[in-house]
Amino acid sequence: MIGAIYALDPLYLDGVGLAEVLITLGKVLVTFLILLLSVLFMVWFERKVIADMQNRVGPNRAGPFGLLQTLADGLKLIVKEDLIPNRSRRFVFALAPFLSVIPAFLVFAVVPLGGTFSEGDPGIVTIAGHETFAQLADPPIGVLWILAVSSIGVYGVMLAGWSSGSKYPLLGSVRATAQMVSYEAAMGLSIATLIMTTGSLSTRTMVSVQAGEGFAGFVPNWNVILTGIVPFAIFFIAALAETNRPPFDLVEAEQELVGGFHTEYSSIRFGMFFVAEFMHPVTMSAVIVTLWFGGPAGPLLPGFLEPVSGVFWLVAKVFVFLYIFVLIRGTLPRFRYDQLMDLGWKVLIPLQLGWLLLLAALNVGRDEGWNYAVVIGIGFFVVGGATFFLLSRASEVSRQRRELGEVDA
Amino acid sequence: METFVFFVAAAICLAGALGVVLSKNPVHSALSLVGTLFGVAVLFVAQNANFLAAVQVIIYAGAIVVLFLFVIMLLGVDRAENLSVDPLVGQRAAAIVAGVAIFALPVAALATTGWDATGAIANLGSVSDSAVPDVEGIGRVLFTRYIFALEITSILLAIAVVGAVMLAKKSPKAADMIVDLPARPTSTDADAASADATSEEGTA
Repeated sequence: MIGAIYALDPLYLDGVGLAEVLITLGKVLVTFLILLLSVLFMVWFERKVIADMQNRVGPNRAGPFGLLQTLADGLKLIVKEDLIPNRSRRFVFALAPFLSVIPAFLVFAVVPLGGTFSEGDPGIVTIAGHETFAQLADPPIGVLWILAVSSIGVYGVMLAGWSSGSKYPLLGSVRATAQMVSYEAAMGLSIATLIMTTGSLSTRTMVSVQAGEGFAGFVPNWNVILTGIVPFAIFFIAALAETNRPPFDLVEAEQELVGGFHTEYSSIRFGMFFVAEFMHPVTMSAVIVTLWFGGPAGPLLPGFLEPVSGVFWLVAKVFVFLYIFVLIRGTLPRFRYDQLMDLGWKVLIPLQLGWLLLLAALNVGRDEGWNYAVVIGIGFFVVGGATFFLLSRASEVSRQRRELGEVDA
Repeated sequence: METFVFFVAAAICLAGALGVVLSKNPVHSALSLVGTLFGVAVLFVAQNANFLAAVQVIIYAGAIVVLFLFVIMLLGVDRAENLSVDPLVGQRAAAIVAGVAIFALPVAALATTGWDATGAIANLGSVSDSAVPDVEGIGRVLFTRYIFALEITSILLAIAVVGAVMLAKKSPKAADMIVDLPARPTSTDADAASADATSEEGTA
């Protein structure tokens, strides 16, 4: 039965020898290094772009354009004194940073990093005469892996806040847990539409499906278009909330909670939270690009650049999303807590459920040969009407309750 | 290789299970439970049941134990219970009898099948047939053969959710029922906390 696991990658088809083990280790190392370097870059990028938005210069001392600033900060963090608060629970206190940083790494394992997908190519690259997928692993449950690992990330935040033995971190972690659990539901539902459209859970299959010819020959066959943008928008908002990025950063709202769940952390333990925090935009951008924007699929680059065209497209698309993440952080104000919960439970989840039903109706209609326009018309009428009714009712109730003062903001 | 994976995962499961029972700190118990769930997930993967493994992690480790921890943290773990007093008379003796009986039941069941752990292999078709992805197999079976059980279960869960909402919901007239209590003298922390709570309700 273990043999079935080997069959997931063409690398392991002819048995596993030294070369295969080395290639796998190499892939692990490369993935790990890419992520670490991208964190270094992301911190610098975010500080630079936000500085530009605020008419400042930003980091400009260490290295060209201040590129090495993050490295210097990291070294400083490592040599700083490691404080463990007296009232903390040591074991959990030491465990929490790892639980935060490791899931952030693990999400990246299922992201296809390159390879050509055009003309039905399954995205296979050849390393030293061995064929393999250009991603660390391609489990048949790829998308669920992303959900599973990001749900483990909750533990890091939660335990960090609790084990600090101080009230601000605890408040921050309680907020974080409620927020992450709530938005996971919306995220899971929007992934469900994706699975329904693609017919597969594997991230690599999703990319190769999206690499196909799209509408009218020039529109890309991306899931964001096939599912009608709404599920993507919901996924994006949920991803922002899941990673505790602004405008959903109530977890570490510095005006209210000092530093949030990592207030009591210092030195390299804090460094790990910091790495996780800046790795999230990178991994989430990569996941968004993989699931909704065709990942490394794209037209082949001309000439000698052809082998790297997959990597090129992936990096280009991820870059766009990294910029959007920073842009949102630089412009949007933070949500109030009740607004956050209202948005998650009363807007995103009903809307996504309705959209899922609509897409399902379209799928059934296509299989049964019903009139497309009629299905869309009735679907919009029913789903839209029901969603509108539910939403207006829900917001009415919550407004009344807030006026009565029953809700603690 | 499979045996090796089994023993490592089984060791993780057992260590976690012992941790759940033996830890003094409820948070450590909950964390041990996560360890056990992960061990079981690894066993699922080794049996080629990838979907079950993923669902195990998403639902049990990612949602249910998080809820456990949430409750533990909010209720506070610093309170120790007085173990010398039984809330129910004869509680301990009953627990021992029930424990032995529950242990004896599977042992007896095993003994009657001649120590063959799983009995005869069911002929429902192998889930671990590598030709059919397990997600597809489970989906097919759930929505054909077991559709009634599936729907009934979903209704049951819906009832539970609605019930929980109804229990948690305040009556619409709740605002009228709140009266302003006179502020009590705050001598201890506990009193201060409860006074805070009432004054909050009072303003609400």
